[in-house]
Amino acid sequence: MAQQLEIRKVVKNFTLGVGRKSTIVKALDDVSFDISEGEIVAITGPSGCGKTTILRIIMGLETASSGEVISCGKKVTGCGFDRSLVFQHAELLPWRNAKSNVAFGLELMGMAQGERDEVASRYLAMVGLSHAADRLPHQLSGGMKQRVGIARALATEPDILLMDEPFGSLDAQTREDLQNELLDIHGHTKKTIVIVTHDLDEAVLLADRVIVMKAGRVEQVLTIEIPRPRGKLAGLRGNAEFGRKRLALWELLHEERQSA
Amino acid sequence: MKPNEIAATPADLVDGRPTPRWSNRTITILSLIVVLLFLEVVGRRANPMFASYPSAIAVELVKMTADGRLVFAFLQSLSPLLVGFALAVVLGVPLGVLIGRFRSVEAAIGVYITAGYAMPLVALVPLYILWFGLGFGVKVAIITTLTFFPICINSWLGVKMVPRTLIEVGLSFVGSKQEILRKIVLPASVPYIMSGLRLGVGKAIIGMIVAEFFTAISGLGGIIINAANTFETAQMLAPIVVIMIFAVGVTALLAWGERKIAPWHQELTRQD
Repeated sequence: MAQQLEIRKVVKNFTLGVGRKSTIVKALDDVSFDISEGEIVAITGPSGCGKTTILRIIMGLETASSGEVISCGKKVTGCGFDRSLVFQHAELLPWRNAKSNVAFGLELMGMAQGERDEVASRYLAMVGLSHAADRLPHQLSGGMKQRVGIARALATEPDILLMDEPFGSLDAQTREDLQNELLDIHGHTKKTIVIVTHDLDEAVLLADRVIVMKAGRVEQVLTIEIPRPRGKLAGLRGNAEFGRKRLALWELLHEERQSA
Repeated sequence: MKPNEIAATPADLVDGRPTPRWSNRTITILSLIVVLLFLEVVGRRANPMFASYPSAIAVELVKMTADGRLVFAFLQSLSPLLVGFALAVVLGVPLGVLIGRFRSVEAAIGVYITAGYAMPLVALVPLYILWFGLGFGVKVAIITTLTFFPICINSWLGVKMVPRTLIEVGLSFVGSKQEILRKIVLPASVPYIMSGLRLGVGKAIIGMIVAEFFTAISGLGGIIINAANTFETAQMLAPIVVIMIFAVGVTALLAWGERKIAPWHQELTRQD
């Protein structure tokens, strides 16, 4: 499989003003990993480990202090339509209805009205929200909002879907439904997906590999050997590999917490 | 399970809230009745030179409307008010947006806007008369000056209050600065801009009366000052009532406009 995303020695320094002094904080310290085409990779770790920062650098919303990100063979210098970001809280534009939110990226892409209506309807249907096309975001539940967010990110047909704790604020039931849908979508689009999560179950259930980060460094990379299609997640929890990797992950993070 | 089945729980939808026992309109009308009755009782006990009461003012209102004085004065006041307000919007909104959007513009002129808002305009009226004369122009200038600042400041604030993450949505789809301004920043600022316009209405009316007092005496302000000079208290208060009703009407109109333009905002901020 071709390398779709290459992260090369990425360092990110933040300047933090504490009182009168300003200190430099190393949010990312020499982070490197590769992601292949069609792979689902989860990035996890304790708060402040830099998992969201690396995702934002991959997206191009932030720039690395040094090192580089190569997406589809090209060096990332900013945002691009080869990548799409699903935001933590969906971040729909409150004055646009569901369909028009899905069409937003297409609009900025310069697609003509008729075509973008058609594409937006198709992606809204993919996330099961055709019936809510005319609703404004405040008329949608949390789960529906995030579905619209996913449809908006997919509509521009990126090669890589980046997700920043997309299901973190949803209730357990809705979260599992959306996780199942994400696996379905991956099943028929074969998109490369990078998902940042603090939910260990989510990481193991969804991903081919889990990158564990700690204090701005890649601590370990776990390969999850559960074959695809994985079917419904409810049935996966009894899987021996799931149990093993879930435990390994838990111990890794637990260790960190004790040493912290 | 189909994805949409778990999605639409009634608690998440907005239309399921209970209707309150007293509608807002009923409360407002009751409040008006109580206050008017109170003023009527207290006002009748006072010396008519020092105070008046609602029914006497109503009689004056009818009389002055019938002989055309009030209507003429109102229209005379209205034209500088409209021109002055429109100018304040045309200047204030774009400047406010510019200050909010560009850090360097904010650093360069933000301080003048903040200072200008607190400027005691009445003290500057003599200068305005020297610059703009005594006619229509000076009235417009006074109204515009007074109205410009709240409108500009609110537009500025509105742009500053746009959540960073919404702008990042635009950035993530490779939106240009101009697209992000047009498609994200401006629509997101509409509620603040509209509340700036509402504050501006009050300021514009104050400006209008100040102008009519201190430049060529005319319009509703003219009636007020002439009646006051002859101790016709009820006659003096009649145009003041007209002004207040007018302000309430315009404010309601703007609020209605805001609900039409930005229905989402009310839903996001509802307190009950």
